[in-house]
Amino acid sequence: MSVRSYFDLSQADRSGLGEQIAQQRRRVTDRLAAVRSVVLVMSGKGGVGKSYVTAGLARALAGGSGQAVGVLDADLRSPTVARLLGASGPLSVTDDGVAPALGANGVKVMSTEFLLHEGQPLAWRGPSEERFVWRGSLEVGTLREFLSDVRWGALDLLLIDLPPGADGAVELGALIPNLTGALVVTIPTDESRRSVSRTMRAAADAGIRLLGVVENMSGYRCAGCEETQPMFSGDAGARLAEEFCVPLLGAVPFAVNGQAPLQAIAVRLREALP
Amino acid sequence: MKFLCVECDEAMVFSERQEPGDGTFVAAFTCPKCGRRVAMLANPMETQLVGALGVKIGGKTLDEPPMEFVRSKMLGRDDAFVEGQSAISGQQSGVLNADGPMRPKWSPDAQSRLDRVPGFVRGMVKKIYADYAAERGIEEITPAVMDRARAELGLEGM
Repeated sequence: MSVRSYFDLSQADRSGLGEQIAQQRRRVTDRLAAVRSVVLVMSGKGGVGKSYVTAGLARALAGGSGQAVGVLDADLRSPTVARLLGASGPLSVTDDGVAPALGANGVKVMSTEFLLHEGQPLAWRGPSEERFVWRGSLEVGTLREFLSDVRWGALDLLLIDLPPGADGAVELGALIPNLTGALVVTIPTDESRRSVSRTMRAAADAGIRLLGVVENMSGYRCAGCEETQPMFSGDAGARLAEEFCVPLLGAVPFAVNGQAPLQAIAVRLREALP
Repeated sequence: MKFLCVECDEAMVFSERQEPGDGTFVAAFTCPKCGRRVAMLANPMETQLVGALGVKIGGKTLDEPPMEFVRSKMLGRDDAFVEGQSAISGQQSGVLNADGPMRPKWSPDAQSRLDRVPGFVRGMVKKIYADYAAERGIEEITPAVMDRARAELGLEGM
C-alpha cells in the first residue's frame, strides 16, 4: 500500500494546532504590550519568603513611588501573595477579559486564591488516572491565561511570584516575549545557597537575565530594642551575588514590620529596570 | 492532522466533532470523492492530552471567551467570577441591543439546564450558547439548540 505523507497533501489542516498555539502566544504578547517591565521572583527553595518579598516590593513601589504595579501569583498550588496584599475576589469578567483584584496601594492581583475554595487543593476536571502526564500542561495553560486574559492595563511593573524551583522560570521565560528578568530570593544558609544556585543557573541557561539577589530572614530584629540578632548562619545572599555577578539588592531581617528594608530594595530594583 | 481516503487517494474533510460527556472525543471525516465517512475515537487520556494544550481538533469555531481554558479545566469555586455587563448585555431580551447584535432569549427548559452547570463555568457557557445562537439568527435558546451547539462546538459536559 502506498500512502502519501502529511506534507504531500496540499489541503489545509483544518485543526491547525500549530496556528492555535501561535495564536495563544500572540494573545500574551498583545496583553503585555502595555507592561513596561515583567520580573519573575524566584528561588530554588521553598519557605524563603518569595511571596513576602513580592508583596512588600509591590506595595512599596505602588505606594511610595506611585508606580502602576501588578502581581501574578504563579504558585498555583499554594497561593499566598493575594492575601499578603489584601486582595480578594470575585473577579469581574467581560468580553475584554478578567479584571484583576485590587490589593494594597492599588496593586492589581491575579491568583488561584480567587478561584479555589478555602482549603481546597488545586484540582482539574477529567480522568484522574495518569494525571501527572498532563498536569504540567494544565498549569502552563493556566499561567498563559493569567497573562493573556487578565486586563492588566498599562503597568510599570508586573511581578510574577513563582513556586520553588526552576521550572516555572524557564516555562514563563519561554512564554513571555518581553520578560525583563528575574529577582532571586534566598535565606542566609548554605543549604539555601546550593539550592538557589542551581535555580539561578537554570534561569541563566534559559536566557533569563538575573537582576539581583534579596537575602530574606537575614537576622531577627528585636521588637523591643530594635537590634538585629543572628537568625541563620551563612551569607548566601552575598555569595550568590558574587557567583553570578549580580547585585545583592538587600538583606531583610525577620521582623513584624519589615517595610523599611523592602522600600530600599524596591528603589534599587526600580533603578535596575529599563 | 489529516486523514486520507486510501482508495480514492483523496484528503478527507473534517465534518464533525463530538464530546459525549464521558471524557472521550469523536472527530468525523468524510471523503469528498466517494463520500466514505470515518470517525477517530480518542480515549479519555488522549482527549485530556490534547485538551491540556488548550487547542481544539477541527479548529476553533467561536472566539475564545476569557479564561476559557481555566474555567473549563479547573475545579473552581462557583462564585469565583461575576459576569460583567458587556459579556451578557441584553441576554434575556431576545431583541436587538443598541450596542451589539441580537441576543437570544432562553426558554425555561434551557435556563433550567443552564442552571445545573457548575457556577465556575456557567457564565462562560451561557455566553458560548448565546454567541452560537446569535451568529445563526436563533431567537430562542432551547434544549435542542443547546444539543446542536454541543455537537457542533464540542462542549463536553456543557
